Amino acid sequence: MKRVLPAVAVAATAILALSACSAGAGSSTELSPSPGPDEKITLTVWSGFADAELDVINSALDGFHKLHPNITIKSEGSQDDDKISQSIRGGTAPDVAISSNANALGQYCDSGAFQDLGGYIERDDVNLDQIPDAVRGYTEHDGVRCSMPLLADAYGLYYNKDLFAKAGISEVPRTMSELKDAAEKLTEFNADGSIKVAGFVPTIGFYNNRLDVWAPQFGADWQNDDGETAIATSPGWKDLFTWQQEMTDFYGEEELTAFTASAGQKYSADNAFQTGQIAMMFDGEFRTGFIDSQAPDVDYGTAPLPVNDDLTDIYGGSNVGGNIIGIPKGAKNAGAAWELIKYLTTETDPLVELANGLNNIPTTFDALESPDLQFTGTLAPFLDIFSSEHTSSLPTTTNGAAFLKLASDFAVKWQTGGVTNLDKGLTDLATHISDSESLNL
Amino acid sequence: MTIQHATVLTPRRRISVRRNRWTVLAFMSPWVIGFSVFFAYPLLATIFYSFTSYDLISEPVFVGLRNYVFMFTKDPLFWVSIRNTVYLVTAITIGRVGYGLLTALVLTKIKRGGGVFRTLFYLPALAPPVAASLAFVFLFNPGTGPVNQFLAIFGIDGPLWFNDPALAKPALTVLALWVSGEIMVILLAALLDVPADYYEAASLDGAGPFTKFWHITLPSISPVLLFAVVNSIIVGLQYFTEAVVAGAVASGSSDAVGNSVSLGYPNNSTLTFPMWLYEQGFHSYNMGYASTMAIVLFIVSTVFTIILVRRMRLSGVGEEG
Repeated sequence: MKRVLPAVAVAATAILALSACSAGAGSSTELSPSPGPDEKITLTVWSGFADAELDVINSALDGFHKLHPNITIKSEGSQDDDKISQSIRGGTAPDVAISSNANALGQYCDSGAFQDLGGYIERDDVNLDQIPDAVRGYTEHDGVRCSMPLLADAYGLYYNKDLFAKAGISEVPRTMSELKDAAEKLTEFNADGSIKVAGFVPTIGFYNNRLDVWAPQFGADWQNDDGETAIATSPGWKDLFTWQQEMTDFYGEEELTAFTASAGQKYSADNAFQTGQIAMMFDGEFRTGFIDSQAPDVDYGTAPLPVNDDLTDIYGGSNVGGNIIGIPKGAKNAGAAWELIKYLTTETDPLVELANGLNNIPTTFDALESPDLQFTGTLAPFLDIFSSEHTSSLPTTTNGAAFLKLASDFAVKWQTGGVTNLDKGLTDLATHISDSESLNL
Repeated sequence: MTIQHATVLTPRRRISVRRNRWTVLAFMSPWVIGFSVFFAYPLLATIFYSFTSYDLISEPVFVGLRNYVFMFTKDPLFWVSIRNTVYLVTAITIGRVGYGLLTALVLTKIKRGGGVFRTLFYLPALAPPVAASLAFVFLFNPGTGPVNQFLAIFGIDGPLWFNDPALAKPALTVLALWVSGEIMVILLAALLDVPADYYEAASLDGAGPFTKFWHITLPSISPVLLFAVVNSIIVGLQYFTEAVVAGAVASGSSDAVGNSVSLGYPNNSTLTFPMWLYEQGFHSYNMGYASTMAIVLFIVSTVFTIILVRRMRLSGVGEEG
């Protein structure tokens, strides 16, 4: 008896363990038919939007419902990528998921978390040429298109006109040297050496000072033509970190840390640019909406991001990213889900409505040229930036944003003086990135 | 008269024994089911997945020892997370037990208002971890936080606290001490349970306060001390929420808490083993590798606990009377 019971328990659990199955085992590559006009369907749509932004999304969804009265849409906001991933794993995925984390696209496509839309695109003869190349780049992985782009972000330089006038600066910086010179003129220090007004904060990781935003401006490539990491071989990276160190040395690393630690939250009314504590910053087109609503008195301008001194021929472009929309694995109404995705991502009216409501850039050429698009004033430069031939996007990888975390960690270590040999540091970083990608193979 | 040996079972006796076994099994089944479902199955499944590449969505793919090799030879943050966790386990254990014992000893001496002080020391333990972390990061904000502003009154240039890689872990330790009221309460109960006769007898023999503490108090409360130590080690090994929230808030990130880039802020100094395990399993879709990490954590925790309990038992700690 003493031996039998434990053996029974162990055997039972061993059988359970070895027969463990993942949620939704097996994927279907069959296309679901589009629903007929009389087929009543309820589509669940998840997105990370909330409050006023969710209202904008729902308004666009209402437009789809008007065209398809038989399809009722149940929209749920505040569903971030973690929740979407968990729902897919748990077999309770929505029909349509809108993700703000395009970096995870590689994982979604590779694992089958988002269904392959290639068959639907071919069946319905969807013209992908209406979507800019850079945007197509971050919405498919290894030839598998498992998502469509739904609005995009482009990045530009925001500058405080009042502070520019006070410092006697009349030209917007176009190169990194000009940016550095302007930043030094615009900076004010307190008597104790702390920063009162920062011309430009060079701390990577602060607000939208992200490596994916900075890298294209220095010609720093993430991958070579073989798809391997180019962090050790692309010379732009050395230029990026050298420039960043020079800017940090100007302020003092401790002074910068104290300044950034006490700066207001990125999207709050206390954002340091909006309170006049920062004279210039890199940010997306969505910042204009925040300034207009939270700090309307700030007299600011926008322009393309500066480029490294030897790269003036690529001035005008930037990194782009954005929301992606797809059909999760296990969606119950894939056919109807595709109709909604096709409507939202290829029809001009809903794209323009969303772009105007969310202050994001529409992702088709027709929508970009629509007379209804309200991208004027400080928003206008972002359309040019987005359409620039020099605009690019992050490569998609099998392990999502792991390479970004490793690179960002390196950047933090570099700016705190933890890397004494930049070349060796970049070589080691490249090795770590390659190793981390091997885990997912 | 024929003697029937006890080992020879008649058919009726066999049925009776079999029925008895099933009865025993039936009564044991709640524990067996609970043990199987909540411990044995997860453990065996984790061991299995640790030898696979698994993203929780598609089928696991057997990869042999690849995950283990990667962990020990190619993962730069594995050793960082181990070091951070060892630091927190050590600091939190010594801090919680020491602080709890010191506070309890003081409370035993307070004649009036002891209840008020007991409540004040215990209340922070009721604070939700997220709220407590948010409050601490606000208090210790290097530019606008009240702590540094208070220090500035005395001309002291306050440190960067949660924004300084050298101070982020000590700051988290202070947070862990602040919410360690439950350790204080159980140690207080144990101290009050020590018979007063022992102290009187010791006083008659001329024992001083330290001698009484070392030879009477400590041995008497040793079972509770052992519990406090083991509990604190577990807290340290599982340290997650406070580190994640503090890192996200201190970094100024407005992304969802637990975002990959702010994890371990600043400079991975607060990246604990559970955090890195979580990142690998749920953000990087490497559940196979996360399972490998979980196995290592399980082995280390088990070995450590066995060694600790054996040592304390050998020295007489942890035994009643």
